Amino acid sequence: MIAWTIYLTFAGAVFLLLLPRPLARWVALATTAGGLAIGATAFFARQTDFAHFTTIVQVPWVPTLGMNYHLAVDGISLTMILVTGLTALAAVLFSWKVETRPNEFFFWLLLVVAGSYGVFLSADLFLFFVFYELVIVPKYFLIAIWGSTNKEYGAMKLTLYSFLGGALVFIGILAIYTSAGSLDLPQLARFSFDPWLQTWAFPVLFLGFAVLGGIWPLHTWAPTGHVAAPTAGSMLLAGIVMKLGAYGALRVALNLFPLGFQVWSKWIALLAVIGIIYAAAVALRQSDLKFVIGYSSVSHMGFVLLGFAAGNLLGVSGAVLQMFSHGVIGALLFALAGAIYYRTHTRNLNDLSTMRLSRAMPFLAVAFVAASAASMGIPGFSGFAAEITILIGTWKTFPSAVGITGVGMVLVAAFTLRALKKSFFGEDRFGHGGHETHLPEGAATLAEQLGASLLIFATLAVGLYPKLLLDRIMPAVETMRFLKP
Amino acid sequence: MSYLELLKLAAPEAIVVLTALMVLTIGLVTGRRQAGATVSVAGPPRVARPPDSTPGICALVAALGLAVAAGAIVRLPGHAMLFHGMLVISPLNSLFQIICLVLAFFTVLLVRSSRPLPNHGEYLAILLLGTVGLLLLVGSEELLMIFIGLELTGLSLYIMTAFDKTERASAEAGMKYFLFGSMASAVTLFGLSLVYGLTGTTSLAEIAPRLTTGPGAPLLAAGIIMSLIGFAFKVAAAPFHLWAPDVYQGAPVSTAAFIASGSKVASFVVLGKIVLVGFAPANGSAAWHAMVGGWTPILALLAALSILLGNFVALVQKNVRRLLAYSAVAHGGYTLLGLVTAGREGFSASLFYTTIYAVTLVGAFGVVGFVRRETGGDDLLHFAGLRDRSPLLAGCMAIFMLSLAGLPPLAGFFGKFYLFSVALRAGENHGLLWLVVLALFGSLISLYYYLIVLKVIFLDEPMATAPVLEDYELGARSHFLPKMTLLVLAAAVLLLGILPGILVARILASFG
Repeated sequence: MIAWTIYLTFAGAVFLLLLPRPLARWVALATTAGGLAIGATAFFARQTDFAHFTTIVQVPWVPTLGMNYHLAVDGISLTMILVTGLTALAAVLFSWKVETRPNEFFFWLLLVVAGSYGVFLSADLFLFFVFYELVIVPKYFLIAIWGSTNKEYGAMKLTLYSFLGGALVFIGILAIYTSAGSLDLPQLARFSFDPWLQTWAFPVLFLGFAVLGGIWPLHTWAPTGHVAAPTAGSMLLAGIVMKLGAYGALRVALNLFPLGFQVWSKWIALLAVIGIIYAAAVALRQSDLKFVIGYSSVSHMGFVLLGFAAGNLLGVSGAVLQMFSHGVIGALLFALAGAIYYRTHTRNLNDLSTMRLSRAMPFLAVAFVAASAASMGIPGFSGFAAEITILIGTWKTFPSAVGITGVGMVLVAAFTLRALKKSFFGEDRFGHGGHETHLPEGAATLAEQLGASLLIFATLAVGLYPKLLLDRIMPAVETMRFLKP
Repeated sequence: MSYLELLKLAAPEAIVVLTALMVLTIGLVTGRRQAGATVSVAGPPRVARPPDSTPGICALVAALGLAVAAGAIVRLPGHAMLFHGMLVISPLNSLFQIICLVLAFFTVLLVRSSRPLPNHGEYLAILLLGTVGLLLLVGSEELLMIFIGLELTGLSLYIMTAFDKTERASAEAGMKYFLFGSMASAVTLFGLSLVYGLTGTTSLAEIAPRLTTGPGAPLLAAGIIMSLIGFAFKVAAAPFHLWAPDVYQGAPVSTAAFIASGSKVASFVVLGKIVLVGFAPANGSAAWHAMVGGWTPILALLAALSILLGNFVALVQKNVRRLLAYSAVAHGGYTLLGLVTAGREGFSASLFYTTIYAVTLVGAFGVVGFVRRETGGDDLLHFAGLRDRSPLLAGCMAIFMLSLAGLPPLAGFFGKFYLFSVALRAGENHGLLWLVVLALFGSLISLYYYLIVLKVIFLDEPMATAPVLEDYELGARSHFLPKMTLLVLAAAVLLLGILPGILVARILASFG
C-alpha cells in the first residue's frame, strides 16, 4: 500500500501535463493529499513492523546485473514519508496562486515529491540512487523558472552541488557494489566490508550525502538556493530535499560502514558543531528574511549530523526526530516568508520593519510567532523534543560538543527573534499617517491558512507527544549495527 | 561454396546496395525533370523550393530498404563464416548490424526535418552506401575487410559532409574531414601491415595466438599504436578529435547525426573486436599502481584526455552543434572506459553505452535540424524560447540532454552506472578508480553545459530578430513524420533507462 505514494505521485505528475491550466492545482492537491493519506495510514497502522526494514515489493529489474526493484519500510522511512507528505501538501497549498505555467510547475513539484518517496522506500542501492538523482533536475527548473532573486545562479549552484554530492555517493555505491557484489540494502546491512574499504569509502559516501544535508563547508548551495527558489521550492528544499541527504547518510553510509563510522565520527561531530554555530552567526547578520531562514536550516541540520555523530540510540533517534521536526518547521517558515513576499514584494527586514505587518496580516503574524517559537526550540514544539534528545545522546559521546552547541542555541534564538521582530513587529518610525496607506492588502487566503495550520499542528503534536514518533523511530534505530553502547 | 549461398549470407548488404541504386535512379529521374522545369521558369531568379514529393519517395524507399535489410539479418543463420572471417555471422555481429540499420533508418526519417538538400536522391544513396560500409565493418573479423569497411564508410561520410554546396562551412568541413581521415587511414593501414608482417595472418582470431613476442617488442608496439590511431580518429577520441567540431557544425545536420550515431557504434564494435580478440595477449594494464605496457594504457590515456578536453572545451561553446561535438569527444572517452577493462563485461558496457548515445544523438540532431530550418541557425540563441514555439521539440531535447548528462530515469544514467561499475570491478583493488573518478568529474562538468542548453530553451525569451521561416504546427503534414520519429527516439531513451535489461541482456547473450 505504502508503495502507492510513489506511483500515485508520478501518475499525478504526468497526468497534470495533459490537463487544462485551471485544473492543474486541483490535481496536485489531490495527489499530495492522497500521498499524505497513504503515508499517515501506514504510519498509524498497528500491525506494521517498525523495527525491521520490511520488504513490501521485490521484483527483478536487471537480473543480469543483480538489480532489483525492491521497496521496504521501517519506522525511520515511515517518519520521513510522513514529513514528505505534510510538506508536499502544504507546498501545494502555498502555491495556489502560481499563474505562470502552472502545469509545468506542479509537474516538477510532484516529481521532487515522488522521487523523495522513492528514496525513503528504496531497499536496493541502485533504485535508491535512481530516485536520489531524479530529484536534482526538477529542482533546477522549479528555481530557474519560478524563482526570484538571482534565480539562475542559485538554481545552477544548487544543481551542481547536488550533482557533486551525487557523484561522491556514486563512487561509494560502486565501491559497495563491486566489493560485496550486491545492491540489496538488507543483505548489505549484514555484510562485513573490508576495514580498509570502509575507512576510505565511508567519508566519500557520507560527504556525498551530507552535501545535500547541508554540512559545513559544503552548505553554501542551501541559503542561495532557498533564496532563489519560489515559495514551494524552498519548502520542498528545506522540508524534504535536505532530509534526503541525511536519510541517505544514515541508511547507507552509517549502516553499511560501521567501522568507517567509528574512525570518522569525531570529524563529523566537529563539522556539525561548526555548522551549527557558523550558520547561526551568519543568519544573525542577514537582511533578507529568506537568507535568515536558509542559514537557520543549515544550523538545524547541523543538529541532525551531530546526532548521527553521537552514534548512540538517543542521538540517532533524536536526529531522525529532528529531520521530521525541521522538515515541518523549515517548510512553515519558508511558506510564511513567501506569503509576506507575495504581498509586500520585499524580503528585506529593514523595509519590512517599517510596514507593521502584524496589523495587516494577523493570521500570518500569529503563524510566524508559532514557527519562530518552534524554530528556537521552545518546549511544546517538536524542535525542543528533537534537539534535547540529540544533546542528551551527544552528552555521552562528545560532552564538549554539547557545551559549544549550547552557545549555538542562544544564537538561534537571537536571530529568530530578530527576524520575527523586524518582519512583523517593527516600530513605525514615521508615524501613522505616511505608511498606513502602504500597508499591503490581503489577509491570508484559505489555502494559506490550511497549509500553515497543518504544519503548526504537526509540530505541536510531535512537540507535546514525541513518543508518537519516537516509538516508531527507536526500534528501527536499535536494529542498526553501528550503534555505540 | 556456390554463389547463391554467398548471396544468401550477404543478403542484408546486397539489399542495402540495391536500395541505394534504386534511390539513386528515382532521384535522377525525378530530379532531372524538376531541374528542367526550374530552368524554363522565366523572370528573376527565385529561391526554388524543391517540391516535397521527390525527397519523400526517396526517403520512403530508403527507409523501406533498411527495414527489409534488418528483416533479412534476422533470418540469417546463427553462425557462419566466409573466407576466413571476411564475413562473419554471429549473434553479436547481427545484433549490431541491426542496430546500425535502425540508426540509419531514423537518420533517413529525420533527413527531412532539416533544410532540403539539392539532389536529395544522391544524398540518400550515399548514406545507404555508408550504411553498407557499417554492415561490413561490424560483420567482419578480418583486417583487410575491416579496412575496406572503414574506407567505404569514410568516403561516403566525406561526400555527405561536403554535400551542402550552398554552405561554405560544409565544404570546409568536408575537406578537413577528408584530409584528417585519409591521413588516419594511411597510418592505420601501415599499422595493420606491421601486425600482418609480425603474424602472417589477417584474421583476428589467428592473430592472437601468434602474438608470441613479448608485449614490449617495439615493432608490435608500433603496429598496435598505429592501428589504434585510425579508430581513435573514427570515434573522435582526443587528441584525434580535431575534425569533429567543424564537421558536426558544418555538415548537413543529418550527416552529423549519422557520423555521431551509426559510424560511432560500428567503430566501437570493431575496435572492441580488434583489441579484445586480435590483440588479446598484449593488453597490459591501466591500473593506477600497476601500469603494464599494452593497449589498455593507451586507451586509458585516450579516454582520460577525451573526457577532460571534451568537457572543458564544451563549456564555452556558443553553438549547439559544436557543443555536441565536444561532448561527443567526452562520451567517446567514457565509452573507451569499458574497453580499458579488457574484458567481456566491459565490452558489453561500452556497446550498451555507445548504442544509447547514438540513439540520443540522432534525436538531438533531429531537434537541431528543426531549429535550423526554422530560424536559419543553430547557435544557442536560436534555441531561445523553443519551449514556447514547440513544447514537443523542447521536451524531446530535454530528454536527450538530460540523458547525455547521465540523469535518471534516462538511458544515459544506466549506461554510466553500468560502465563505471564494470570499470571499477575490473582492476584488482579498484585499480581503475582513477579513471572512474575522472569520468564522474567530467559528467559533473557536462551537467553544466547541458543545463545551459535547457535553460536557453525553457527560460530565455525568444530572439526578437529571429526570422521564423516556417510555422511550426505539429499538425502540419510535412512535419508529422519527423516529429513522430523524434518522439519515438525520446521514448526509446526513456524506456532504455527504465528497462535497460532489454538491451543489456541481448548484448550479453550475443557474446554466447
